[in-house]
Amino acid sequence: MKKLVSVLLAAMMALSLCACGASAGSAADGGAKDAGSGASDIKVGFICLHDENSTYDLNFINGAKEACKNLGIEPIIKVNIPEGQECYDAACELADAGCSFIFADSFGHEDYMIEAAKEYPDIQFSHATGTKAHTEGLANYHNAFASIYEGRYLAGIVAGMKLKEMIDAGEITPDQAKIGYVGAFTYAEVISGYTSFFLGARSVVPEATMEVTFTGSWYDETAEKEGATKLIQDGCVLISQHADSMGAPTACENAGVPDVSYNGSTEAACPNTFLVSSRIDWAPYFEYAIKATANKEAYDTDWTGTLETGSVALTDLGKSVADGTKEAVEEAKKKLQDGSLHVFDTSTFTVEGKELTTYMADVDTDPDYKGDHEAIKDGYFNESGEGMRSAPYFDLQIDGISLLDTAF
Amino acid sequence: MEKKIRVPLFHLAKREELSKKKKFIIRIIAIVAALLLCALLTALATGINPLEVYGSLVGGAFGSVRKTWITLQDLSILLLISVALTPAFTMKFWNIGGEGQVLVGGLATAACMILLENKIPSVLIMLVSFIAAVLAGALWGLIPAVCKAKWNTNETLMTLMMNYIATQLVSFFVIIWEVPKGSGKIGIINQNSHDGWMVQLFGSKYMLCIVVSAVVTVFMYIYLNYSKHGYEIQVVGQSINTAKYVGINISKVIIRTMLLSGALCGLAGMLLVGSINHTITTTIAGGQGFTAVMVSWMAKFNPFTMIPCAFLIVFMNRGAGEIATNFGLNPSFADIMTGIILFFIIGCEFFINYSIKFRKMSGGRS
Repeated sequence: MKKLVSVLLAAMMALSLCACGASAGSAADGGAKDAGSGASDIKVGFICLHDENSTYDLNFINGAKEACKNLGIEPIIKVNIPEGQECYDAACELADAGCSFIFADSFGHEDYMIEAAKEYPDIQFSHATGTKAHTEGLANYHNAFASIYEGRYLAGIVAGMKLKEMIDAGEITPDQAKIGYVGAFTYAEVISGYTSFFLGARSVVPEATMEVTFTGSWYDETAEKEGATKLIQDGCVLISQHADSMGAPTACENAGVPDVSYNGSTEAACPNTFLVSSRIDWAPYFEYAIKATANKEAYDTDWTGTLETGSVALTDLGKSVADGTKEAVEEAKKKLQDGSLHVFDTSTFTVEGKELTTYMADVDTDPDYKGDHEAIKDGYFNESGEGMRSAPYFDLQIDGISLLDTAF
Repeated sequence: MEKKIRVPLFHLAKREELSKKKKFIIRIIAIVAALLLCALLTALATGINPLEVYGSLVGGAFGSVRKTWITLQDLSILLLISVALTPAFTMKFWNIGGEGQVLVGGLATAACMILLENKIPSVLIMLVSFIAAVLAGALWGLIPAVCKAKWNTNETLMTLMMNYIATQLVSFFVIIWEVPKGSGKIGIINQNSHDGWMVQLFGSKYMLCIVVSAVVTVFMYIYLNYSKHGYEIQVVGQSINTAKYVGINISKVIIRTMLLSGALCGLAGMLLVGSINHTITTTIAGGQGFTAVMVSWMAKFNPFTMIPCAFLIVFMNRGAGEIATNFGLNPSFADIMTGIILFFIIGCEFFINYSIKFRKMSGGRS
């Protein structure tokens, strides 16, 4: 047996050595072609938690490809990298391969990116959704996120318009306007997302309520599908999600329930029930950060994309949206941009029956979960605000939303 | 009534023991066939030159110094778990609870690192974690062993179910220790103080696992082949009645062996948490407790033969990521190739043990 396997390996190695020669040759050809354009002399690497089957990762992969195409470089993309030492290994392997900008896309990658950043001080490391860059004090470690709560709010308006249409048509009564939401985990990023979505819907239908179920995983198609189905059976007439598979949209399509998805359009798979999807367009950030890296300039430790930077985007509307949706969204978008409308306006929601006047948010991550920054400013909750951090920290349970299965 | 004797087109017959040379040739044929099939599949399904894919696999495992170290480290962990399961298999105790035994070992280590930070010196934390992990793993092996010895319960089911308990236990503690609350992640434990992080041998963070695994493998070979315990294990495995006849205390052997098996799995868990990942998740063992079962069987319970067997699997895993990156192929494609190669390797044993005899044409009709 031992002999057998060693021979097998020897054979494979021999075969592949020939192959190595071949592939090295073709890589060199590729390099030569790019040499003409702008930032093309640098290599960039991307680390993704899952592969293109996850809408979340696909959104990053598309963003990376777009940004790199604009800059005339070829990205190295590593997929299915778990949130463990594998992430550190992957980051270091990319560094060894000559990348000068390395990016990771999942919350749990953060600690491992920090470890890699400490080891390679001359290489820029960026991490999406993370919370530690502003306190870590590393010049080459960066966080980035976008004010996606604004996108969620706009998507919520689309949902609200649909609910209103159903009420006006007599399909449901106003108190049956219950939204279902499939979330992954019970921390701020998800809470901020479903709350902003809900507030958007409630700005159209004041009677709307919401139920949220949690799966305890970013990508679990079965659990997400079951979660959505359960919510529909529970009487939810519209579904949205913050988890990364096609589970919830598929359940909606099967049940004929309108769906607001996330990270990108699901219209191709769910043509009858798809309303809209909000997503973060990562291309602007990638271009900004890679250009800065190529020019050896410092760039933001903690970067927040907005509607202005083109980072917060809505997909095209599905064909089943209510009349007037487009106009309502445009109007709200304009108000959000000129500052006359705030998503977390404290006059629009209550916590335990009371309006919020002060709240210490847990902006600096530590094991004590103590609030350390005042988040209420000029009558609104200052999410992803100046001097705070890009990743969401809105973690309040507002009235009108009930949580199911929080102990996943 | 006239009886017709129908001779089938072919039939199987048990072979005499083949010469080493012939066995070797059969295995080579199997491997070449597996590689050819993989190549064909690659070319047909993806249109990519299979030689380039094979090259990428090697690049993924040995493309740089770091990659080589990581490959060796992964190999050492899988080997350690395989070797740990082996004494149980040798006595025909179907321990498929390696996953759970590794997990509780890891959980014990994580608990020591989290709870003892800044309370006692790092060296002591390491020592305490080592003891805790080994005890936790041993306990996870002991429970099914005692039930088997006392009440003759089914150890396959028992060890399997212990895996689920271990997974749930870990997810319970993840929720207690998670940072931030609700994220489902502990993150790197003691990232700044490095309290309880296992020592680095020869200045390399990869070395500890490799050395531990090498020592355990040699130990296990000697233990199984040259010790009285090892002999007792072999006898219990071959025939319970013989063991009874020669006066071996079977219950004692079962319990003792599972304690050893579980303790070594716990040790693997300690390395995974204390030396490699510095965190604990429900998936930290990554199915290696099950893969190790296959490695142990493929190697016919010989600890040294397990080295190339485990290497094959680790090599393919490491290569999987590389072909995904280089060719945009889903890493599952490498799993398919691994499956084909394993199928051929295990399948060729059939042709070593049996021969196919075809019907002779002359006078075949009756």
